[in-house]
Order: sequence, then C-alpha cells, then structure tokens
Amino acid sequence: MEPLIEVQGLHFRYDSGPEVLRGVNFRLFPGESVALLGPNGSGKTTFVLHLNGLLRGEGLVRVCGLPTRPEHLPSIRRKVGILFQDPDEQLFMPTVLEDAAFGPLNLGLDPPRALHAAQEALALTGMSAAWHKAPYHLSAGEKRRAALAGVLAMRPEILVLDEPTTYLDPPGRRELADLLRRLPQAKLVVTHDATFACATTTRAVFFREGRIESEGPTAELIRRLGWDERLPPAEPAP
Amino acid sequence: MRHLVLEDWSRKESWLHARDPRAKLMAAVALLLAIGTSPAGSPSRLAGYALLLLAGVIIADLPVRGVWLRACVVLPFAGVFGVLAWLAGEPGRAAAVGVKSYLSAWTLVLLAATTPLPALLRGLASFGVPRFLLIVIQLLYRYLFVIAEQAHHMRLAAASRGGGFRLRSRQGWRAGAGAVATLFARSHARAEAIHRAMLARGYRGEFPLASPPRFGLGDALLSLWASAAAAALRLA
Repeated sequence: MEPLIEVQGLHFRYDSGPEVLRGVNFRLFPGESVALLGPNGSGKTTFVLHLNGLLRGEGLVRVCGLPTRPEHLPSIRRKVGILFQDPDEQLFMPTVLEDAAFGPLNLGLDPPRALHAAQEALALTGMSAAWHKAPYHLSAGEKRRAALAGVLAMRPEILVLDEPTTYLDPPGRRELADLLRRLPQAKLVVTHDATFACATTTRAVFFREGRIESEGPTAELIRRLGWDERLPPAEPAP
Repeated sequence: MRHLVLEDWSRKESWLHARDPRAKLMAAVALLLAIGTSPAGSPSRLAGYALLLLAGVIIADLPVRGVWLRACVVLPFAGVFGVLAWLAGEPGRAAAVGVKSYLSAWTLVLLAATTPLPALLRGLASFGVPRFLLIVIQLLYRYLFVIAEQAHHMRLAAASRGGGFRLRSRQGWRAGAGAVATLFARSHARAEAIHRAMLARGYRGEFPLASPPRFGLGDALLSLWASAAAAALRLA
C-alpha cells in the first residue's frame, strides 16, 4: 500500500539555530491514526509544519506521492488539513461561517459552493448555530470546533492536529475524541494527553531531540515510556 | 472578556440594523455632508439634524443617553478649535464647530451601533475602498480583543503579586513598559502564526468574499429618505 505521507531523513534548523529535526523517518498509511508524543521542544510541531510545506528542510517529504515543492503546495494544502494549537490564530475571519468558507474559497470554489461546504463542516462539528458569531464571542471548546470546521471544509485526506486538547475541559476533550473517531481521514495527532492519544489513535511515535526514538501501538508505547501519570511504567525487559 | 458596547449594540435586531451596510453608509455620508456644509448661525437647521438622528436611535432601539455620551468623545478635539474661534472673536462659529462636530460624531456612533464591523467593511469594499486597507482594519479589530485579553491577564498577574502598572511609581512604569514589550513580542509571534494558518488553508494573497451583500427595497428607501431629509434641511 502506498503511504499518504512519506518522510525520509528530514533535517531542519531555524535560521542559524541548533538542529531541531535530526533525520526523521516516518510513514502514514490510509485510514491510520497516529499519535506524535514527546517532550516539549522535541520537534513535533516543527515536524508537522513540514507536512504541507509551511516549513521546508533537507530530506524527502512526500504527500500522496507529491514532494513538497512550491509547484505542488496548492494540491498538498488541499490534501493536508492542519489544526493549529491556538484556535485564535486560526480563526481570523470576522464570523464563524466566513472563517469556515475561507479555505474552500481559496481552493477556487464559487461562493455558494464554498458556503455549502462551510455549512456542512460546521454541522459536522456541531457549530451550525454559531455560524453568525464573531470568533471572540466563542468559548474555548467552540473555538476549537470552529477551527476544525475550517479545516474540514477543505475536505482534506489527512488531518494533522497540533495539541487539539489545549484549553479544553474533560467533557470538551471527550466530545473532540468522539468527533475525531467519526471522521474517516487519516490522522496525525500531536499531543501530551495520553488518554486522548489512546482514545483517538492506534499507533504512536515518540519524538526526542529531533528524532523518532521509538514507536508502537499507542497504549503499549505510552505504558512503556511511563507517559501516562495514571499508569506505572512497564518493567524493563530483562 | 468584556466586549465593546458598540459591538454589542451592533448585533441587536431592528429595522435599521437589518438594512444593507451600503444604504446606511450612503445615509450617513449624506447627513455628514449636510451637517459639515451648514453655515454657522442656523440653530433650527442643526436641531433638525439632531431630530433626524434621534429618530434613528429610537428606530434602532438604542439607549439614547448611551449614544449621546459616546458621541461626546469628539468634544475635546472640537473644543480646541471652538476655543480658538472664541478667542478670535467669533463666538457663533465656536458654538457651530462644537455642535456640528458633536452631530457628526453622533452620526458615526449611530452607524457603528447599527452595523457590525464586518458588514461595514463589506459595504466600504463595495464602494471601492482598497481591500488591503480593509483587511488590515479587519485583522486589527479581530486581534484587538485577543491582545486586550492578554493585557488584562498580565495586569491580573501583576496585581496578584502585589504589583501593577501604576504610573505613580518608578516600579509601576518599569512593569508597564515590560508588559508593553511582551505584548509587542507576542503579537509579532502571533502574526507569524496567523500567516502560517492562512497559508495552510490555501491563502494566496487575496481574501475572497463569501457572501456579497444584497441591496433591497428597504435599503433603497433608507438611503433615499435619509439623503432627501438631509438635503431638505441643508437647503431650507
């Protein structure tokens, strides 16, 4: 099976700073949901920003067979939808509906079709009733769902979610996990939340110092690494 | 987060609120032109404009006193010119400057209190105001609330540690200056993140319009009636 995302030997540094990514190799297959775990500053967010060409490092990054070269970026950005950590940075249009329609309009859809796609995405995320609201009138959970609607309106094949549970209370996290499980896209979830990772993904990779240090089934990897404070770390193998 | 009173007013429902922003802009411009070009020494004419505006406030179901108070924002500026005219021996002109400035501010308060900013910007766009300028205003307005909230949190954090941004002490000045610098740095970083989020959703340098506004019979009636009333008062 062809991978949706294929990354080989990815290196990256910001300006003249230290190397943030130091040879990342990764594959995401259709239908998969993968958690990206790791300590703060381990390179997870930097890595996902490479997946639709927002950052470009040395090495191979291929999305649906297309390398992330400038001529392919419009197609790649249609296929990879990124939900950023802070929804205030993603909700920049005056109203929720206009924000959800921003992506489809940029894809070249005419206004009625773009609005239809936006309304569908808002319905999917349970935000239909707030279509006319300004983003600063929304609660944290509503902002997160409105931002997700903006991504889903572009009908991406791959969803990348960067710390999606930030600012959410436990019911909000549960609602988001339920919603993500219903979505058919392949998913890449950057998170520190072990419960959320177990609820939404089947495989996990662990980043440390710009490299993927280990990977495996989500629950098993989390237990092995002692990443869940509720569970004692597994005994090391003799 | 406390929102601007005008923002809350602009989301109310009334016949005036429901009108197309272009109709309200045309009516406001006609009224501003009439007020601005009215000669000094015509109190009955100025009273006529005030009655027109009062009718607008009542139709829009806005608090009259609140609108009057908000229009006072222009008085310190108008007062300077009024005093200069007074000192030059023209008390009639001094009074006219004050009253006309106040009526103009009232017109703009009424426009802003009956039209949410996004709709107002769409109206301005259809009159040919440069899109780039409107996008800057739109983003500034959108993130003003976010920055204000950050500033509020920083003030609370300072106050909870017994400090604050009181300008009476040197320490307060230092803390305030540090907060402003932090806000600036955060805003810069946020601007970069917003740009990334825009690129991720296919932004290529243009903000496409999702829903062009519609101009109906009620909108035509408003712009015609307000323009005719303003012109009649001006020429009377």
